[in-house]
Amino acid sequence: MVGGIRLAQLECRNLCLGYDSKVIVNDLNFSVDAGDYLCIVGENGSGKSTLMRTILGLQSAISGKVIRGDGVLKNDIGYLPQQTVVQRDFPASVGEIVLSGFQGKCGLRPFYKKEEKELAREKLSKMGIAELEKKCYRELSGGQQQRVLLARALCATKKILLLDEPAAGLDPKVTAEMYELINSLNKDDGITIIMITHDISQAMCYASHILHIGKENFFGSKEDYLNSKFGKIFNADEVGKKEEEQKGV
Amino acid sequence: MFDKLAMYFQYPFVRYALIVGALIALCSSLLGVTLVLKRFSFIGDGLAHVAFGAMAVAAVIGLTDDMPFTLAVTIICAALLLGVGRKTKIKGDAAIAMISVGALALGYLLMNIFSTSANLSGDVCSSLFGSTSILTLTRTEVWLCFGLSIAVLAVFVIFYNKIFAITFDEDFARATGIKSDVYNLVIAVTVAVVITLAMNLVGSLLISALVIFPAISAMRVFKSFKSVTICSAILSVSCAILGIIISILWGTPVGSTIVGVDIVVFLAFCGFGLIKKER
Repeated sequence: MVGGIRLAQLECRNLCLGYDSKVIVNDLNFSVDAGDYLCIVGENGSGKSTLMRTILGLQSAISGKVIRGDGVLKNDIGYLPQQTVVQRDFPASVGEIVLSGFQGKCGLRPFYKKEEKELAREKLSKMGIAELEKKCYRELSGGQQQRVLLARALCATKKILLLDEPAAGLDPKVTAEMYELINSLNKDDGITIIMITHDISQAMCYASHILHIGKENFFGSKEDYLNSKFGKIFNADEVGKKEEEQKGV
Repeated sequence: MFDKLAMYFQYPFVRYALIVGALIALCSSLLGVTLVLKRFSFIGDGLAHVAFGAMAVAAVIGLTDDMPFTLAVTIICAALLLGVGRKTKIKGDAAIAMISVGALALGYLLMNIFSTSANLSGDVCSSLFGSTSILTLTRTEVWLCFGLSIAVLAVFVIFYNKIFAITFDEDFARATGIKSDVYNLVIAVTVAVVITLAMNLVGSLLISALVIFPAISAMRVFKSFKSVTICSAILSVSCAILGIIISILWGTPVGSTIVGVDIVVFLAFCGFGLIKKER
């Protein structure tokens, strides 16, 4: 509580994003409260990942501010990145990877505590992959790998989770399970979710707020979004898709 | 054959060669796992060439003790390649190739123009292949190498979990509050120190091989970071010792023999890995 006004967990003010001096996203304003489920949508190259990297402090904004509030510290943020080439053939056991989620809290302490090892196991069972602890990461299926990385992100945070297209490259069944899992983290554990997604129908299903970035930005609740001009385009698309599906059958 | 070995072991230079060979093999294999996984396999070669270029410059300027200068230049290059590389326009392999070839060419050019030595190509050859210098070590060099290895080992053990975290996923590490720049710098300095010293002792060809082979051999068979690291250290040390013994018995060049042993072990591990997979 500052001056009687409760600060949002995360707030972006007049944010300008881009590389070098080329501006991609202009004058972005939004805020995220505890327990929100925010989906970031927009076309390829519209700056969704750049925004996420800026929130995480991996790159700096051209102008504007990212403000953390409501007791959220820098190492209170969990992150589920997209997989990199390096990780695909990385010799590491699931246990080692999940534990590395605690690194940010270790400071200069060289080794992990017993409680951290316990917690890591707990997160693994929560993700339903307790039996994989000793397995090699590169031999798991795509869905299992995502669960491992999600468990690692949960070791890093209890408050906010940032996810960059968590369903990329997964088949439809595994994708649905993944979204269910993320939804339960939001609804049951009260973890704030900020997620980049291409799958707008999914976003409509779970999200509480939508951030649309592109030439024009939109931020608001899901209902407002559906009534906005962006939402109307989405509805039209959806109708089109359904017609196609029916033809396909 | 054992009589012959026992006879050779009476000479201190043979014992020194074994100790130093084993220690350098140990240090480089520990760093090797990280470097190979970070896609910096060739950094050993690149930095050794930088060290060679720096030595040539030191010789031309007329520095009597070229070690501090060489070390400083190599550390800066290593830091540029590993740490700041993220922000530059030229990435990974291209940056290493550029620095490596550039330093080698300039070094050779300078040595050629200003050389006072009668046997230039001999000098160049020995700094690249190490020739027999591992058999001509002094007591001080052995102690230096010993102290250094302890330091590298300590750094590696203390920062082991951090090295794992930033090697596996640097973005995640930075996002969750690990000062990855600092640890990248620690890795870069360690790599530079090991390579500069090792290059004087065993030559740049061998140092690259010691960085790469044990790590990729271990990765064929083992599946966790810890087991790969331990296996790679054991492999590296045993291959180095075996190689030195063979080269003493049959009079083959030391560096090339160790690399030869490493290649044989790599093939064996490849085969073993395949069998393990099929079962």
